Amino acid sequence: MTDTNAPPAIEVRQLDKRFGAIHAVRNVSFSVRHGEVLGFLGPNGAGKSTTMKMIAGFLEPTAGTVLVNGHDVLEEPIKVKSSIGYLPEGAPTYGEMTVQRFLNFIAEIRGLDGSARQQRVDHVVRQIHLEGVLHQTIETLSKGFKRRVGVAQTLLHDPGVLIMDEPTDGLDPNQKFEVRSLIKEMAKEKAIVISTHILEEVDAVCSRAIIIAAGQLLFDGTPAELRARSADNDIDNAFRLLTTQGDRQQDEVAQA
Amino acid sequence: MRNILAIARRELHGYFSTPLAYVFIVIFLFLTGVFTFYIGGFYERNQADLDPFFRFHPWLYLFLIPAIAMRLWSEERKSGTIELLMTLPITVPEAVLGKFLAAWVFSGIALVLTFPMWITVNYLGAPDNTVIVAGYLGSFLMAGGFLAIGACISALTRSQVIAFVISVAVCFLFILSGFPLVLDFFQAWAPQALVDAIASISFLTHFESLQKGVIDLRDLIYYAVLISFWLYANVVVIEMKKAD
Repeated sequence: MTDTNAPPAIEVRQLDKRFGAIHAVRNVSFSVRHGEVLGFLGPNGAGKSTTMKMIAGFLEPTAGTVLVNGHDVLEEPIKVKSSIGYLPEGAPTYGEMTVQRFLNFIAEIRGLDGSARQQRVDHVVRQIHLEGVLHQTIETLSKGFKRRVGVAQTLLHDPGVLIMDEPTDGLDPNQKFEVRSLIKEMAKEKAIVISTHILEEVDAVCSRAIIIAAGQLLFDGTPAELRARSADNDIDNAFRLLTTQGDRQQDEVAQA
Repeated sequence: MRNILAIARRELHGYFSTPLAYVFIVIFLFLTGVFTFYIGGFYERNQADLDPFFRFHPWLYLFLIPAIAMRLWSEERKSGTIELLMTLPITVPEAVLGKFLAAWVFSGIALVLTFPMWITVNYLGAPDNTVIVAGYLGSFLMAGGFLAIGACISALTRSQVIAFVISVAVCFLFILSGFPLVLDFFQAWAPQALVDAIASISFLTHFESLQKGVIDLRDLIYYAVLISFWLYANVVVIEMKKAD
């Protein structure tokens, strides 16, 4: 499934981001290959969203860079953005538009026209089960539906790379199951990065997990390896162990 | 071009899917009527022209145009959709132009809907219609100038109210610099060249000649430069602070 000789779909090289005095992301490097689902874990404010925003080309890194399919996000932003489907944090959408109009707008910007556009929009609408709300304005939809419109928007151009910031946040258990199945289904031919707070999700859909806390990369390995970090083979305990250790180290540094 | 039009269409549709568009158009038509007939003395002047109609456009635009422009970028910032928009495969100039065009077309629609005024004056007398066309052109260009200022200022803040207030203030300066009150003040001591320079950056100076039916290339260039400058500033603002 994973061809180790092919160039990685996403290559993050020594990424660094500062917001004034805040050092949000510190020298983070990792890569994602086609066929992989990478779970991006970390406490709130760890730098997950900031890293994803930099991959998607919304924020410029202070240092380091990101390559997507070999293209530098700083040098060829349009090329990179064309090959990514990106779900921003909170799944923002234009509330005053109907679902159909919104998806058509995104498809148009994504370069789809005429019957091809119609086909793709119809396909994605069926895939995400949005048929019932197609003509409703997005602001009148429930949180779960809004999130699903956000997910649908990322799939229209059938991108090779998917970056989703908390795709299952706000969904009920059935909807979560559906989105996870969808991600697993797409995993074969795509490189997918999802961030999540739900650790069972990592076990359910991810082939690899990365943990960052306080902007630093603390773990990069399979979910099984992550579990093995704790004495009782429990993923929650392993997460707690890794992320609180970082705090302790920082405290020591501060005291020294 | 394709992206610009897609964004412009979305934005224009956005105006009409909220009450804003209808409120704006009704108020604009109502106020142009009031100004023309009551304050401008359209009938009392006994002249077949639209001077009393056009004369008040700068003052109407001062408050109404920032109201159309204020949502262009502030809303994107507030709802977070700027992150969606800026991670689509479009450039910042495309987004800026698309939004500006939508707002300009919208103000054009409002202007076109004042056509009963033109019918009225043609019914009552025999006006010089080329002067009226020049007046409409001048008014439309002036709306573009106000809009470019408003769009740029809207990119600076996530609050539509702040965007509105600051835009009104900046637009007011652009009107004021051609006002006799200000010019007289400088006339007393400043060299004529400086007085002319101050007058020449005013909307009023460049609108008045068009309003009188004189289509002067310099006035057209003035509006082109003004709009380009503020749109360029808009691009710079978005590129510098996308995420704030």
